[in-house]
Amino acid sequence: MKKLFKYLKDYTKECILAPLFKLLEASFELFIPLVIASIVDKGISNQDTGYILKMGGILVILAIVGLVSAVTAQFFAARAAVGFAAKLRSALFGHIQGLSYTNLDKAGTSTLITRMTSDINQVQSGVNMVLRLFLRSPIIVFGAMIMAFTIDVKSALIFVVAIPLLAIVVFGVMLVTIPLYRKVQSSLDKVLGITRENLTGVRVIRAFHREAEEQEKFGDLNDTLVDLQNFVGKISAVMNPVTYVIVNGAIVLLIYTGAVQVNVGNLTQGEVVAIINYMSQILVELVKLANLIVTVTKAMACADRVAAVFEIENEVNTPAEKFISEGAEIPFLAFQNVSLKYAGAGEETLNNISFRVKKGETIGVIGGTGCGKTSLVNLIAGFYKATKGGVFVNGVDIKELPEEEIGALVGIVPQKAVLFKGTIRSNLQWGNPDATDEQLWEAITLAQAKEVVEGKDGQLDAHVAQNGKNLSGGQRQRLTIARALVKKPEILILDDSASALDYATDAKLRAALKTIEDTTTTFIVSQRASTIRHADQIIVLDDGEMAGIGTHEELLQSCEVYQEIYYSQYPKEGGAANE
Amino acid sequence: MSKKAGQMEIIKKILRYIRKYMFFVCLSVLLAALTVALTLYVPILTGDAVDLIIDKGLVDMPGIKNIIKKIIIAMVLTAVFQWIMNAANNYITYNVIKDVRRDAFARLQKLPLKYLDGHATGDIVSRVIADVDTFADGLLMGFTQLFTGVITIIGTLFFMLMTNVPITLVVVCITPLSFVVAKFIAQSTHNMFSLQSTARGEQTSLVEEMVGNQKVVKAFHREDEVIKDFEEINERLEKYSLKAIFFSSLTNPCTRFVNSIVYAGVGVFGAFVAMSGGISVGRLSCLLSYANQYTKPFNEISGVITELQNAIVCAGRIFELIEQEPQIPDAEDARVLTDAKGIVELENVDFSYVPEKELIKDFNLHVEPGQRVAIVGPTGCGKTTVINLLMRFYDVNDGSIKVDGTDIRDITRGSLRTSYGMVLQETWLRGGTIMDNIRTGKPEATEEEVIAAAKAAHAHSFIKRLPEGYHTVITEDGGSLSQGQKQLLCIARVMLCLPPMLILDEATSSIDTRTELKIQNAFAKMMEGRTSFIVAHRLSTIREADIILVMKDGNIIEQGNHDTLLAQGGFYSELYNSQYIG
Repeated sequence: MKKLFKYLKDYTKECILAPLFKLLEASFELFIPLVIASIVDKGISNQDTGYILKMGGILVILAIVGLVSAVTAQFFAARAAVGFAAKLRSALFGHIQGLSYTNLDKAGTSTLITRMTSDINQVQSGVNMVLRLFLRSPIIVFGAMIMAFTIDVKSALIFVVAIPLLAIVVFGVMLVTIPLYRKVQSSLDKVLGITRENLTGVRVIRAFHREAEEQEKFGDLNDTLVDLQNFVGKISAVMNPVTYVIVNGAIVLLIYTGAVQVNVGNLTQGEVVAIINYMSQILVELVKLANLIVTVTKAMACADRVAAVFEIENEVNTPAEKFISEGAEIPFLAFQNVSLKYAGAGEETLNNISFRVKKGETIGVIGGTGCGKTSLVNLIAGFYKATKGGVFVNGVDIKELPEEEIGALVGIVPQKAVLFKGTIRSNLQWGNPDATDEQLWEAITLAQAKEVVEGKDGQLDAHVAQNGKNLSGGQRQRLTIARALVKKPEILILDDSASALDYATDAKLRAALKTIEDTTTTFIVSQRASTIRHADQIIVLDDGEMAGIGTHEELLQSCEVYQEIYYSQYPKEGGAANE
Repeated sequence: MSKKAGQMEIIKKILRYIRKYMFFVCLSVLLAALTVALTLYVPILTGDAVDLIIDKGLVDMPGIKNIIKKIIIAMVLTAVFQWIMNAANNYITYNVIKDVRRDAFARLQKLPLKYLDGHATGDIVSRVIADVDTFADGLLMGFTQLFTGVITIIGTLFFMLMTNVPITLVVVCITPLSFVVAKFIAQSTHNMFSLQSTARGEQTSLVEEMVGNQKVVKAFHREDEVIKDFEEINERLEKYSLKAIFFSSLTNPCTRFVNSIVYAGVGVFGAFVAMSGGISVGRLSCLLSYANQYTKPFNEISGVITELQNAIVCAGRIFELIEQEPQIPDAEDARVLTDAKGIVELENVDFSYVPEKELIKDFNLHVEPGQRVAIVGPTGCGKTTVINLLMRFYDVNDGSIKVDGTDIRDITRGSLRTSYGMVLQETWLRGGTIMDNIRTGKPEATEEEVIAAAKAAHAHSFIKRLPEGYHTVITEDGGSLSQGQKQLLCIARVMLCLPPMLILDEATSSIDTRTELKIQNAFAKMMEGRTSFIVAHRLSTIREADIILVMKDGNIIEQGNHDTLLAQGGFYSELYNSQYIG
């Protein structure tokens, strides 16, 4: 949690001024009883109307000064809290942007989203409250004790006992409840999770008619949350009554010792009243503090959860490898004994893969479901790093390349076609923010998305809903291809990007891709033999191992896995007729 | 409707939720009254004790001991009552929240897909989670402070009137100022809280979209731009939040200022009364301390009012969701479709998502039990629309769809939908174990049945290799599973239920052909005797279909079997022939 304090640093001034003005207000409040006392002692007993009015004026002035300092305090507190929250949010968002794929897999998006939103809101109100009230309370408490010492040491000793007792209760309750609030929060996370799931999976849930069961499941999670909240609530609710008992117990003691002392002539009646008043003042402060503590403990629990995200650090890569050159020519791209094992996975997803690619070649990647095709291209894009061996671009291990450089090199069309809220133009410009309309249309035409865009109102400026919800799967897929093409990358990766396209569109797409300049190295991942059969090299993967590499004809001769795949799509007898 | 009337509406709705907990509300009010009475009584006792301590040798020790006993009893009772009251308040608040969330969730299950498709997930989630939380905080504050506050005011007023009427009148005359100030502030902050709420919703949507698709963001190195967009909203949110928080926090100092004026008034006026002998000094100081006690709750109440303002805004957003028009409920006498034979008839069906844009017009189709219908056409031609209609995710605008001779609007949704086995192109899995996911449609299935279904879907071998096999926990979007693996799980999910009709939406698009061939066999076995609708790309599937629907731009342009369509030489033959080009 301490880590979060640095986001308050820019608001040091506010953080000092807010409590300071709050203190000022409190001390002016402390003057009021003194003024009243002099009204009683001097004004009333001397029948001095002028003096009374003068003192009344002083009371009003004190009130005005109090108001001004309170408003100032509130302003600085609000500015510090809101500014801090804004900084924290943007830092956290930035941190999430920097997380590696592995860490994103681990953290889970719905948790990250709660931490970004409701957790930070709680932290914000916590900071605000602390600045406004939290510092004031201890000062009033100790101030009252010091005042008591100036009047009577013996009575003040009761303060010395009562205050630590109060501290134990206050902090004890805090210590017990903070971890519980954390539990409440994670229980709330689960409620959030199921709500999200039911929105994203609404079709499946309704198709299986699981509405009632989902409701029951939600009910259970909701009940767990409420039970926890009630339990924590009961513990927090202990604080006020217990402090009340302690303070009043102290007052009883003060009355008793006061009575004894007055009886022997060590104290006056007025002094006893004053000391009792100071003890009451402590109670008033504690009540305020108690109300605050719920907010603060919650905020602290939330702050911890936010801090936990900051603590996720991207894993350290295994050291870069040396490229072992065979012959004088350094290939554009090379895999050298590459293995990949995902964090927490049982076995390696890719095992000892080696191949070399010349600039401008088209490489097909084919293989069974889950054989590691996507993992292979993800390695080229640098999303995951090889756990053994190395991926080399122009003889340099990509672990040594800065992320921006790999990013500029590679354009990828992921399996899941995702578009973002905005316009078609704003989505395509993800590939290149400076792209002209002409360049965009060029990419759109290549990606066979021309009729999609032309069919929309506003064409390039047509609205795209969140996650591209207002477009069909195939439309989205073609636009994501266009998005990658806008980038004009040196390495273009199509990760099963034509799966939602019909054969005709798929064929047109491939024909179009051939027309782009031959400096572009293209990786096509596919299930369809027809999609990759004309590639310069075809990599056949089987269960993470490389089962073969070569051209269509070569593989058809030598690679059993490839034969199986091919003939499953083009049955020998029927296939011949169609060739 | 004016804003005020709108707020009243919302408050009424909140009260409806609270009604259920009337016993606890009454208990809370009773205990609040008792607590306040006791806390007001303790200072009197203390004062009495002080009166017994006059001077050296003039101390009534037995009398003091007697009073101390009373104080201790009062103190313990107060503590116990207070604790029970707090616990009761928590109970009421948390349970109301639970009820609200439950209703909101129940409504989600009944909302038409049209609403859900048209609203950002993040926005709905933030209503159910964040808004309810803010509403809860406001409600809890309201309970704990409003009751005690009001009762303290009444109690103190009573004691003050008993002591001195004119001075009490001074107090009563000045305090309404406090209300005016608080009300003024509350009104002017309401707007800012609305702005803050909207900005927050916008930000949640963005976070939801970007963090939800973080991998794509990273793939395109859009981190900086995304951060820029985020910053823009963040700055706006900061601005609105600052205003909302600052102005609402003015309530306390302002009402406190009014209190100080009251205090000064009592002091000066009381001093004059005391000079003329109308009140003793002791009584005056007692009044002053009551005046203080009397005005303090006003501070709290005004604080509560701003909090409640905020809570009402949030409650409004939740109720908007809860009151959203649900889909037309199943008729009482709606038919429960069991063991459907699988006759599907579409008669003169018209449909469009938005009235301005006509989509399907006068669509007729007759499917006999066990027939296979393939839906083909270029991408984005509206094939999924047909599924939306068959599954009754959307209702037709005109005409009718009949299953086994009954209009599907006269069949219960549940029985209609479970009569179809559906595998969609968009794979959706839930957070949980693989086992749970396959069991979605049949939670009572045994482990053996699940494994059998997984084997039939050819998912068994990859599941076996996962770290914990069938008990491997996957995250909401399937985490590290490949698209194809996810699709296999979705197929296994349907295999387990084996419903009488099937809808397969490009169901095998991400599965390699070797595996697919095996699944196709399983599918073929499954489709035997079952009416099936297949959105298909693969020729083999299409060729074997009894009926082929060719779609373009949302319309069904051709209908027939492979041979007749090919003979027609229309769009289908063009599609078919293009498959072998390139």
